[in-house]
Amino acid sequence: MIEILDERKRQVFENGKDSYNIACGKASTAGSVSQRACVFCGSRVVLYPIADALHLVHGPIGCAAYTWDIRGSLSSGSELYRMSFSTDLRENEVIYGGEKKLYEALVELIDQYAPKAAFVYSTCIVGLIGDDVDAVCARVSREKGIPVLPVFSEGFKGTKKDGYRAACEAVFKLVGRDNTTPVSPFSINILGDFNLAGEIWIIKEYYRKMGIEVTSCITGDGRVDEIGRAHKAKLNVVQCSGSMSYLAKMMKETYGIPFIRVSYFGIEDMSSALYDVANFFDNKEIIEKTQKVVLEEVSTLLPQLESFRRDLEGKKAAIYVGGSFKAFSLVKALRHLGIQTVVVGSQTGTQEDYNYLKEITEEGTIICDDTNPLELSKFILEKGADLLIGGVKERPIAYKMGIAFCDHNHERKEALAGFEGMLNFSREVHSSIMSPVWKYSPARIKHAGGVE
Amino acid sequence: MIAEAIKTKTPSRSYASTRNACKLCAPFGACIVFRGISGCIPLIHGSQGCSTYIRRYGISHFREPIDIASSNFTESTAIFGGRDNLESALSNVTRQYKPEAIGVTSTCLSETIGENVPMYIAQYEKDRSEREKNDGAKEPALFYASTPSYRGTHMDGFHEAIYSVVSKLAGTSVASENVEEPKHINLISGFVSSEDLRELHKILSSFEMPYTLLPDYSESLDGGSWEEYQKLPKGGTPLESIRRMSSAVGTITLGESIPREHDASAWLESNFGVKAARVPMPIGIENTDAFFSQLTEFTGRPISQKWMDVRGRLIDAYIDGHKYCFGKKAIVYGEEDFVLAICSFLSELGIEPVLVATGAVSDSFKSRILSILKKNRSEPIVMDDADFVTMLEKAKDLSPDFVMGSSKGFYLAKNLEIPLIRCGFPIHDRMGGHRILHLGYRGTLNLFDLVCNTLMQIKQSSSKIGYTYI
Repeated sequence: MIEILDERKRQVFENGKDSYNIACGKASTAGSVSQRACVFCGSRVVLYPIADALHLVHGPIGCAAYTWDIRGSLSSGSELYRMSFSTDLRENEVIYGGEKKLYEALVELIDQYAPKAAFVYSTCIVGLIGDDVDAVCARVSREKGIPVLPVFSEGFKGTKKDGYRAACEAVFKLVGRDNTTPVSPFSINILGDFNLAGEIWIIKEYYRKMGIEVTSCITGDGRVDEIGRAHKAKLNVVQCSGSMSYLAKMMKETYGIPFIRVSYFGIEDMSSALYDVANFFDNKEIIEKTQKVVLEEVSTLLPQLESFRRDLEGKKAAIYVGGSFKAFSLVKALRHLGIQTVVVGSQTGTQEDYNYLKEITEEGTIICDDTNPLELSKFILEKGADLLIGGVKERPIAYKMGIAFCDHNHERKEALAGFEGMLNFSREVHSSIMSPVWKYSPARIKHAGGVE
Repeated sequence: MIAEAIKTKTPSRSYASTRNACKLCAPFGACIVFRGISGCIPLIHGSQGCSTYIRRYGISHFREPIDIASSNFTESTAIFGGRDNLESALSNVTRQYKPEAIGVTSTCLSETIGENVPMYIAQYEKDRSEREKNDGAKEPALFYASTPSYRGTHMDGFHEAIYSVVSKLAGTSVASENVEEPKHINLISGFVSSEDLRELHKILSSFEMPYTLLPDYSESLDGGSWEEYQKLPKGGTPLESIRRMSSAVGTITLGESIPREHDASAWLESNFGVKAARVPMPIGIENTDAFFSQLTEFTGRPISQKWMDVRGRLIDAYIDGHKYCFGKKAIVYGEEDFVLAICSFLSELGIEPVLVATGAVSDSFKSRILSILKKNRSEPIVMDDADFVTMLEKAKDLSPDFVMGSSKGFYLAKNLEIPLIRCGFPIHDRMGGHRILHLGYRGTLNLFDLVCNTLMQIKQSSSKIGYTYI
């Protein structure tokens, strides 16, 4: 019998049954095996795809070692971002300070790799040992003539969301450095797509067909110089709004660029992401081109989904992801495949997000905030889910319980965004659910009366 | 282009920074040990990220659930101390998981702010023993491994955790006081695969004497599919078995690089007179012979014919394949004891490790390697405190034939355009890394086939004709 800790009871909500406001935005309960990471993780994953920058983790080796090659983000050129650099602080530096080592590390790495900019991530102990990271960065920046940006991402100073904010503050310093390159009157920045498995290239192609120029991508396939002219774009299009809203707001305040929130997952949300941009520019030609793109893509896609839907109709899914915006899209995308969402949760959702999830899910659906493996296994079993959508940490929970799994986390190697991504997503879900292996699973035999 | 190849010039001096690390931090090793103890859940006293990262890294290799709790430091915890967080973490984990034991580790954060965790735990134990008297609830055993991430590598955490468990439990058994205990032995395995641990069980069983194998994640980190959700996957060294380690005939430790202050076998010897023997990791004929001899010495029993037969087949295989191996050059990297053993094995085949590296800082690594590789025609480059980019820079002019070690050497091998023979930890890009057998005569045979077949494949695919008999 799995019980929910008292401290967490209000972070779990059954749609149609419970009436309280779901508790969220809290620090994880000590001793609850949260699936969340830390502030550093938030900063690291957001900035990771900036390909021609040097990313130096200032701290003991673990933080750099665990994040080496952690994302499936692709680059069309420089591969520098995939290197794992660390100051690898030792006892000596913990006692006498790490500034000297940080300085030396920055200088030697900039000399060797000639990056366009450098990010220095502070980990837990950096503040505690009193390193003046700001001063070291400023000095190296002066000496080497490139931006050297501190990222204040000490792990314990909040949650992953605070890490997003720290990343946005760092990247914002790159914006506005290029005022000479001309920018189209129909230009946008794509914020919050990380080019996992080349997703941003799919999205950019849609916008190109619409006659929209993508001025910069922050941060998928990101380039320091490109980000430098982002302030000249006319609109910020924000996906993964949990991580990038801070940047969009800062750019609005400073440069007056409006922003819209979009999602590139699923058919409706992907279409809206294109139409919303077209409507913003309110240009007849663009709107016509957009209709053409959507019509073409959707009419190619829908027939292909049919065969998947036939097999998947009536299946049930559990979703547990980092940001709740992704959860919204997944609930809708699954509906196209005839799959009902019975459990949905996120690491960082807000009250507003969970209310929206209440609206789009059916009675009996469990909605959970910052859940843990034991709770997830309990909900999966109680609600009879056939599929779990999550990340690597959630995968063994699904597999041990004999249900299908789809990796929708930042490590994934399949492009799931765009219309093309919807097809990949359907194929991925289908190939896991329809696999014949489940019929041997003891849990399935016992709890679901086996698999046909 | 592969990331590690981007460079503008060859550096002339050693680096202040670490570029693509060949090591992990200490709490990682401690968590693996704790998951190798029956009913034990690790609890990291630090930021939430430490536990999540370590879980993710371990899950990607073992492909098993690895639940690790966190005391989840916040900003105020870092200022005012983590005692309250630790206590509520301990009680929440106890309530939810009902574990037999909780293995607490520290982090760079908790160590830097000077947390006195042993004192917190002692007080917690004292308070709860009052509660236990009142409500009779069974409380878990508590272990504490000090694992500051800025000191040493994951192997230091691994050894420290074993030490913490043994020094806490051994000699505390109450059940055996009036009973004549049968003779038994201890084996401390080092960081090996789940399959290796199963092999060690087979080897130990064949000596027909009870034993304690510590740690033992042969099942807890490589179990079957479940019928019911298991809060803590079953398997692991039983606590009672650890309690009795103090009355064993002797303790065999696999691996020779364990610092004395972490050495549980030394502690058992000085406190209980349990004889301590360290042997190299049993990879290769000579290392495995040494291991079996030590087992014979402690148990007084001969090596069973079954193992002698495997040994015979291993020698037969060495001879069958010797021409493919002789004079070939290898790069070997990883944990110190693992690398020492792999080098010993390769040298038995006439394969010359030309670059040998470990991520740990070690004074004795170079001399040990050189003594194992004294038959090398040219002196190998031996690096401690190494990282993967430095390895690549050093390897360029060595024309090696293959790379042998964890999957983290992928870019190294790819840049050198030579094969990577995956073994050790971690294997993040293939199935079954935890099922690779390295140890004993059978493990050596497995590695021999991998090495020899890799060399044969090079020969086959580089031939224009592509012979089907090689």
